[in-house]
Amino acid sequence: MEALAEWGRALYEATGINLTILYDQFDQSRFISGIWMTIYLSIISLFFSVIIGVVGAWAQGSPIKAVRWAINGFIVLFRNTPPLVQIFFFYFGISNLLPYVEDADGMRAPLFTNIQWAIISLSLFAGAFNIEIFRSGIEAVPKSTLEAAEALGYTRLGAYRHIVLPLAIRVCLPALNNNLVNLLKTTSLAYAIAVPELLYASKQIWTDAQNVPTMMVVLLLTYVALVGVLVWAMNAWERSMAVPGYGQGRGR
Amino acid sequence: MKQPIGTPAGVLWTPEQPIISVVDVRKSFGAFEVLKGVSLDVKKGEAICIIGPSGSGKSTLIRCINALVEIDSGSILVENQEVNDERLDKLKLRRKVGMVFQQYNLFPHKTALQNVMMAPINVLKQDKKEVEERARKLLAKVRLTGKENNYPGELSGGQQQRVAIARSLAMRPDIMLFDEVTAALDPETVKEVLVTIRELAEEGMTCLLVTHEMKFARDVADHIYFTDKGVIVEHAPPAEFFENAKDERTKTFLGQIL
Ligand SMILES: Nc1ncnc2c1ncn2[C@@H]1O[C@H](COP(=O)(O)OP(=O)(O)OP(=O)(O)O)[C@@H](O)[C@H]1O
Ligand SMILES: [Mg+2]
Repeated sequence: MEALAEWGRALYEATGINLTILYDQFDQSRFISGIWMTIYLSIISLFFSVIIGVVGAWAQGSPIKAVRWAINGFIVLFRNTPPLVQIFFFYFGISNLLPYVEDADGMRAPLFTNIQWAIISLSLFAGAFNIEIFRSGIEAVPKSTLEAAEALGYTRLGAYRHIVLPLAIRVCLPALNNNLVNLLKTTSLAYAIAVPELLYASKQIWTDAQNVPTMMVVLLLTYVALVGVLVWAMNAWERSMAVPGYGQGRGR
Repeated sequence: MKQPIGTPAGVLWTPEQPIISVVDVRKSFGAFEVLKGVSLDVKKGEAICIIGPSGSGKSTLIRCINALVEIDSGSILVENQEVNDERLDKLKLRRKVGMVFQQYNLFPHKTALQNVMMAPINVLKQDKKEVEERARKLLAKVRLTGKENNYPGELSGGQQQRVAIARSLAMRPDIMLFDEVTAALDPETVKEVLVTIRELAEEGMTCLLVTHEMKFARDVADHIYFTDKGVIVEHAPPAEFFENAKDERTKTFLGQIL
């Protein structure tokens, strides 16, 4: 750690490239917590967006018209509006309509914090796309396969859980992969409601240290690394699910 | 119940009564009437073959029996349980009636063994160990020992179809429905599947088969039904059916196919 700080200082003296995050305790800790916040936002929203996708795609096949309309309305709303506007809508719009609660010090506090609003709106945003993605996967499952499940006594839900969804996921993994990468990148919009994620932390650092170009490069490379890890994990998942003679695993 | 007809539904079934009793069943898809009043009885332990030209409603008829297709009118009793009833307990019916399809329809993401084990575990909530033991025995019975851990994509059509038969049998049905289960197979593999079905029939399983395999029908069936354009034209024991067909349509059909 100390050696890294030494190197950072030497680099600054020799080249003028000022990586304060290497030797400045304060900058370093806010940068690292920025990374953690981005990871945190990503993982939680990813989780909820997939749940929304799975449940939404199931509800979309509901025999009840009102349910299908509600889901389609939700998709249109969240797919056809910019994610930044959605975040503002929740944080400035909806938040004000909700009741306030008293926090530990007896102060009036909003029901949800900015971090929670970011998670809610990012989950809904990515979830709307996930519903469509899962639906495309579900549509690729032959009707006859579903019929075989039915003939074995599966209910609609049971067949969805044990047969349709596992098959659908294998078909739509590449699209899901894309959307989740997109979600990770979209967490940077939480910047706009002062969630101290990676972009927000970097911005504070470059404002204080006046090292804008350097931090920009650091920021870009950090996102490249984060997305790289996600893609690697998704690919590993895809490989682990590959089945001989089906979908991606065909011909193995 | 839409139309109470025939044997009183719900009365305790005894093996002397027909295990399946189809009475005057009608079914239309849109304006097109596929079944125009079909009736047939199946006794326990019988093997019944349904033959007839393409589009005559054979698949539709047997799919009505396990409620994959809802009928418009008439009555279908399976062990005295009315199938044409919105309060029908579908799970209870499908435990009794197994079905094997032309296109096998195995679950491609599960191994042969898992395909056989899935429904008893997921649907009937039976003990996994006990189900696995039974599944292995069933796969041995259909001569697939050694293929337990292969995925459907790694099996031949005939092997897949035998897995499908084992999968159905794992639910311990009283009745098996077979819908042209050899129609998608190579001539060489047809035999291995037919042997399996013949064994089942000989063991006393009640079988209702739609088939184009005339020799098989002749050897295995207790009774043959001939359908054309949504009606049963005639039915008879195989010897009589093949030697002395009475109806012109049957004669023409047999003439083309034999
Ligand atoms: N779900 C459906 N919707 C509309 N029409 C259908 C449907 N299922 C079957 N049909 C029509 O009903 C008729 C009878 O079909 P069915 O599959 O029962 O015939 P089949 O005797 O089994 O023929 P094959 O020997 O070709 O399998 C056909 O004309 C078919 O197009
Ligand atoms: Mg058919």
